[in-house]
Amino acid sequence: MAKVNFHHPDGAVDAVEAESGTTVMRAAVRSGVRGIVGECGGQAMCATCHVYVHEPFLDGLPEIGEDEEEMLECTAEPRDERRSRLGCQIPLGGDVARIEVDVPASQV
Amino acid sequence: MSAPDRVVIIGAGQGGLQAADSLRSGGFAGTVTIVGEEDCPPYQRPPLSKDYLRPGGEPAPLPIRAADHFAGLDVEVRTGARAAVIDRARREVALDGGGVLPYSHLVLATGSANRTLRVAGADLDGIHHLRTLDEARAVRADLERARSAVVIGAGFIGLEFAAAARERGLDVTVLEAADRPMARVLSAPLSDFVATAHRRTGVDLRVGAGVESFEGRAGRVAAVLGASGGRYPADLVLVGVGASPRTHLAEQAGLAVDGGVLVDDSLRTDDERIYAIGDCAAFPSHHLGARTRLESVQNATDQARHVARAIIDGPSRYRDVPWFWSNQGDLRLQIAGLGLPGDDAVLRGDVGAGKFSVFRFRDGELTAVESANRPADHLAARRLLAAESPLRPEQAADPAFDLKAHAKRGTDRAGSAHRS
Repeated sequence: MAKVNFHHPDGAVDAVEAESGTTVMRAAVRSGVRGIVGECGGQAMCATCHVYVHEPFLDGLPEIGEDEEEMLECTAEPRDERRSRLGCQIPLGGDVARIEVDVPASQV
Repeated sequence: MSAPDRVVIIGAGQGGLQAADSLRSGGFAGTVTIVGEEDCPPYQRPPLSKDYLRPGGEPAPLPIRAADHFAGLDVEVRTGARAAVIDRARREVALDGGGVLPYSHLVLATGSANRTLRVAGADLDGIHHLRTLDEARAVRADLERARSAVVIGAGFIGLEFAAAARERGLDVTVLEAADRPMARVLSAPLSDFVATAHRRTGVDLRVGAGVESFEGRAGRVAAVLGASGGRYPADLVLVGVGASPRTHLAEQAGLAVDGGVLVDDSLRTDDERIYAIGDCAAFPSHHLGARTRLESVQNATDQARHVARAIIDGPSRYRDVPWFWSNQGDLRLQIAGLGLPGDDAVLRGDVGAGKFSVFRFRDGELTAVESANRPADHLAARRLLAAESPLRPEQAADPAFDLKAHAKRGTDRAGSAHRS
């Protein structure tokens, strides 16, 4: 199991436990974390699972691919050059047993 | 007109659920009820022909919203419920097995249904369609033991399945009746590229190939017999010959239907209390300049958002840019806008490297951009089409032209125009 903490703009935190092999987006959608939509089903097509990863967790993440790079230019809330990622491109388990992310105020 | 206080949404897919969500986020305080035929919680369909078919353990279906999402919004989701009749005079929807839902506004989000082949043997075991979770489960189960698959129809579903079956090592034959894959929606250059890419992975893709019948053995499909005489052995057949809009309820209610539920440019049917969205709706497309019907997540959700606004604030013109994607093995196709077969095609990128886009123009105006493994072009295209910023064919063809910057300038201009 992996642990994900979603920090909301109002200060609330959703702590979610998810199976290894899933993604931050899937974990959020399955648990009903507000503010994470995942409209394209995890294909890096829609930028509705944008999250800001907390600094200490950036190192273990896979590199940003070409699709994700382009989608991050289209997020509803401004991109943070270091911390912005698409939740569907962050796999859980392995190097990412625990992660904390901020949920942006809007996704659409 | 009385206050809009009771919205009934028929259809619990991407469109129906988004409409309910957008009504609430837009401040709608009346009752909202969603009626969905399938028994299970609403799930996302696009992964079913992609990630879901991969080898390994069966992935859990991805819900469109979490289980308790709508309870928190005070939206009632009735799954396993079928709308039987719309009574427009009484403004009520009668449910199968009893129960009546009164409405002030009704949203038809009934989706589409698989087209089937009416040929001998079409009901044999091992012949599949792929739209619902149940169908995807059956396909997965057969994929685990099949050694050969025949796909009928080289459309998006058929080719996504073909790629998945090849990845699992099956012998795969694709029979397409037209002279190239996805001829209806893709330009010739992209369609040819897709055909070549599949053939390179070992798919036996045959065009101009119709189906005569299915041959069975002990109730199970054994081969597909081609219209021109070939025999294609198959343990598994996937029929992907398109979908028809589910318009039965609308027709029965006397609404205008012609290749979809007919709506105006605000997505309203000829009954001002009833809207239709997504796969089932034939709408006058701003971008095509003609009436069309689209089957995509984008179309369903953007139309849902639009109709929610219409119910809250009154109708306005729908003009969101259509976009679509398809993942077929390593191939990532993205399409923005709507092209027509006669449109000019301008290439940008490197076809040999499999990273390029086809920019399509009609009378010098950009109509659509089809991208293969070129996400930057796709997103620039979405921006350009949304802002209706001009792009000349020679700019599209010029590798030194900064498309991304051009698209962003267009968006900024459009944005400031809207604000002023």
